[in-house]
Amino acid sequence: MLGMTVPIALLGLLERESSYGYELKQRYDSQLGKGRPLPFGQVYATLGRLARDGKVTVGAAEPGAGPERKRYRITDDGIADFEAWLAQPVEPEPHLQTVLFMKVVLALLAGRPAQTYLDAQRAAHLNRMRELTASKRSATLLDALLADHALFRLEADLRWIDLTEARLDALTRELTQ
Amino acid sequence: MTTPPTSLTPAGDGRELLVARDIHKSFGQTVALAGANLSVAAGEILAIMGPSGSGKSTLLHCLAGILPPDSGETWFAGVRTDQLNDTARTELRRTSFGFVFQFGQLVPELTAEENVALPLLLNGIRRKPAVDAARLWLARLGLGGVGGRRSGELSGGQAQRVALARGLVTKPRVLFADEPTGSLDSLTGEQVMEHLVDAARTEGTTVVIVTHEPRVAAYAHREVMVRDGRVSAGRPQLATP
Repeated sequence: MLGMTVPIALLGLLERESSYGYELKQRYDSQLGKGRPLPFGQVYATLGRLARDGKVTVGAAEPGAGPERKRYRITDDGIADFEAWLAQPVEPEPHLQTVLFMKVVLALLAGRPAQTYLDAQRAAHLNRMRELTASKRSATLLDALLADHALFRLEADLRWIDLTEARLDALTRELTQ
Repeated sequence: MTTPPTSLTPAGDGRELLVARDIHKSFGQTVALAGANLSVAAGEILAIMGPSGSGKSTLLHCLAGILPPDSGETWFAGVRTDQLNDTARTELRRTSFGFVFQFGQLVPELTAEENVALPLLLNGIRRKPAVDAARLWLARLGLGGVGGRRSGELSGGQAQRVALARGLVTKPRVLFADEPTGSLDSLTGEQVMEHLVDAARTEGTTVVIVTHEPRVAAYAHREVMVRDGRVSAGRPQLATP
């Protein structure tokens, strides 16, 4: 799951300002990776694929004290990808915490309204809970037991969404200070 | 009668039974509602969600004619209810609305049966038919054996089902429920919600539930969020990138 979000996370980090690969890795590790740092190889391989697909542009090599550095800049195409990813609520299912967390942090870092995403996600979750609740009416007790497990998981996500929403202002200040 | 409000729902099919339009309500310096808009269709089960202090209970109280708004309009079945005097609002609540609150609020001196019969007695129904109707409702909610008990002798779930029977016994057009499962464990809460939804469907009752519990909101057809005294739809339309 983490692997799937690395390209979009790099685009999100690049939206506010262009950056070097090394800087991107540092920001990813400190604000998103949370104990799971990105290997350098993956950073440059991902940036290479994003450049090939026209999502970022690569500047000329800049000589410096250390190894040569290249500045990466997001393209309109890349911004559109990031926007589309942010706007699309995640399919409500258990074990979402990584993606939910990434969406909130990346939205705030990019200066976008995380509230809109949280609202959409809450609605998607409640919709799924409505379906599960309705399915329980005609279900065997065993099937209801499974549905209940999913319902409690989704409810836990929703509690996290509520709490995050209540802390959005403080979170924004912490991330952008 | 005043002109009915123009539609607030996207459907615009004129089936709105309850409407709140630009409602403001303050308690001293505290603003509870700051321009709340809402419309509830006939037969709909609506969940009103939102953080503590967001104004969701105040919105329910305004819709139900318990509290008059400071400004704005409330409508029920094409009638402006915010302009009714106290007597008329009391009458409306007694005849058209039913209520269930977080803690059953049963009268402790009365038996379960008498508690359920109470709204009918207040509406002038004679004792015998009122108690008969109460017994029927208690049986329907799986409480056939507890009619003679006082509220202190009932479990939390039983007391809440008695309160539900009391809320439904007058066959109200709208049932207002404020955190109806708030004091119950998961299983008991689920049973109360099953009974509530079943009864509402059978009777065609419109239901407005205030809850902060997603599992309760999942019984509703639709949810709205109340934030800072305003209502936002549960399913926002996202701009296409």
